[in-house]
Amino acid sequence: MDRMPNWADAVLVPLISLLLAAILSAGVILAIGESPVDAFSLMVEGALMRSAGWGYTLYYATNFIFTGLAVSVAFHARLFNIGGEGQAMLGGLGVALVCLYIPWPHWSLAIVAGAVGAALFGALWALVPAYLQAKRGSHIVITTIMFNFIAAALLNYVLVNLLRPVGAMDPATARFPDAVHLPTFQDMFSTAATPLFRGAPANVSFFLALLACGLVWLLIWRTRLGYEIRAFGHSDSAARYAGISPVRITVVTMLISGGLAGMMAVNTTMGEAERLVMNATEGAGFIGIAVALMGRNHPIGVLLAAILFGFLYQGGAELALWTNIPRELIVVIQALVILFTGALDNMVRMPLERAFLAGRKRRA
Amino acid sequence: MDFLTLLQVLDSTVRLATPLLLACLAGLFSERAGIFDIGLEGKMLASAFFAAATAALTGSVWLGLLAGIASSMVLSAIHGLASITFRGNQLISGVAINFLAAGMTVLIAQDWFAQGGRTPSLMSGGRFEDITLPLAGTLAPVPIIGPIYAELISGHSILVYVAFLCVPATWWVLFRTRFGLRLRAVGEAPEAVDTAGVSVIGLRFAAVGICGLLCGLAGAYLATGLQAGFVKDMTAGRGYIALAALIFAKWRPWYALWACLLFGLLQAVALRYQNIDLGGIVIPVQFMDALPYILTVVILAGFVGKAIPPRAGGEPYVKER
Repeated sequence: MDRMPNWADAVLVPLISLLLAAILSAGVILAIGESPVDAFSLMVEGALMRSAGWGYTLYYATNFIFTGLAVSVAFHARLFNIGGEGQAMLGGLGVALVCLYIPWPHWSLAIVAGAVGAALFGALWALVPAYLQAKRGSHIVITTIMFNFIAAALLNYVLVNLLRPVGAMDPATARFPDAVHLPTFQDMFSTAATPLFRGAPANVSFFLALLACGLVWLLIWRTRLGYEIRAFGHSDSAARYAGISPVRITVVTMLISGGLAGMMAVNTTMGEAERLVMNATEGAGFIGIAVALMGRNHPIGVLLAAILFGFLYQGGAELALWTNIPRELIVVIQALVILFTGALDNMVRMPLERAFLAGRKRRA
Repeated sequence: MDFLTLLQVLDSTVRLATPLLLACLAGLFSERAGIFDIGLEGKMLASAFFAAATAALTGSVWLGLLAGIASSMVLSAIHGLASITFRGNQLISGVAINFLAAGMTVLIAQDWFAQGGRTPSLMSGGRFEDITLPLAGTLAPVPIIGPIYAELISGHSILVYVAFLCVPATWWVLFRTRFGLRLRAVGEAPEAVDTAGVSVIGLRFAAVGICGLLCGLAGAYLATGLQAGFVKDMTAGRGYIALAALIFAKWRPWYALWACLLFGLLQAVALRYQNIDLGGIVIPVQFMDALPYILTVVILAGFVGKAIPPRAGGEPYVKER
């Protein structure tokens, strides 16, 4: 046995990485002349101490759960899907078409159809890179990056030239009908006596995200397809020898991944904006990478990491509002998390492994 | 389209192709040595900011250039540390570097200048001035050749000429020197290089360092040559277009020149004409914006000849014991 226990791998390594990222971020805040302690307490105050703060935190977390799951499903097959951003943009188009052109009697039907539309468009946008990777060997990282840019241009065209209401100035679709309005946390949990989640955008799609977590867990660890995906990720030659088709696994995994990324749009487009706007994704597709890395590609880890990033996002907005620290601090923290949990993983892991081995030898 | 308009479009093609070309050659060195680098964008952005900020603070464009190169090399060092020393995932490291640059530049810009994440506009002295080549004025009246020389070839900033000279220089270094041979070998079969007693790690760090230097030039050109100052996210995907050009060029320096000129031309046309009317069919400007990316996907798909990356690209080298 020359490995450290599983719990250390699953919990300790991400925590140390997070700590390193936090220390560096504190250094950055110090360097621009603000107090990290004050900044942190302001973030906690704004994001976690009021129900409205939680409403924003969970709203952002919903986005990150979907994109985080999307990246992690692809990671299980050792595919790096950087295209979550583009897939989520197209997902938004799917939601918009479903909501604008079909008269829905009730939101409960509309959310199912919206989710299907979003997943379908997102999956479709992942299909071409997946097919090219499987059949032609074109690197999926490059093609998905290219598809992000193509998606942005396509959405720009569709919004400006096709879906924009006559006479409107900003590139966005018309408002969705009232019938597809998704209940927000305020609608669901507030009573006249105790108003909760006032004005916060968190809505019923948070539960859709939780459901997606459960389904992804079932898929990856309890189904034949999930087993094949993991086997393919561990060793594609062994998987091929066992009769698993690499083309099928690559395409199917990317379709699921793209679909999950696309479903993020249910939250942003149907739940919050109630129309499709230009920059609905706001980089959530990329945050999915950090969330998946931090959550160790496990749905529970993704859920926790998504809530953490939701907190950072909402806290960052509070910071930008009350201090001189711009919102971009969150981008820096996100970069540090990706760097430490993803690229510099071995830097954290190697000394830890050595420490565990030394401890074990002493006991033996 | 008359001759003068054509000349103007080509002139702006050269200007727009320059940062692409520098970044593309940067990626070429790195990827030929087996280190994938999708962090070209971030390195350019960091360099653009520090070049503009230093030039604004000191008034010297040359100090700005140095600062830009230094910042880009620091990011390169992080990439090298992650992907060579700690054998991490090179793609993830690149993504992290892009975000690090995107966040830090705005953060520092806001702290130093408090202008919403931009630097003040650079006065003369803080910018690279256009150079008029000798005889440009005398030759200008000569038909055809005169205007081409005076408008297209003369009258760019020094970094444009440096970028174009980098193409033969890169070719010479990679294909005519011992260092270049080893650098290419380390991207194809690092174990062979190691067996020959040459340091794989040293060579790869050298390649990543050259990559940082060239990205630094590209970024500095963006902020102090092409434009006068830094604005948030000013690279606008150029690092990715350079990556696309690199694949388009099949990792070869001279092809890289043509690929970057082509993508520069696309940008120049999209910049000059909004919607292009081709006798009934209108090509929307968004299509022109997306064209470099669409072209790259088509190339990658192998419909126009196959692009084969260096064999050991993206894989950390682990010495056999």
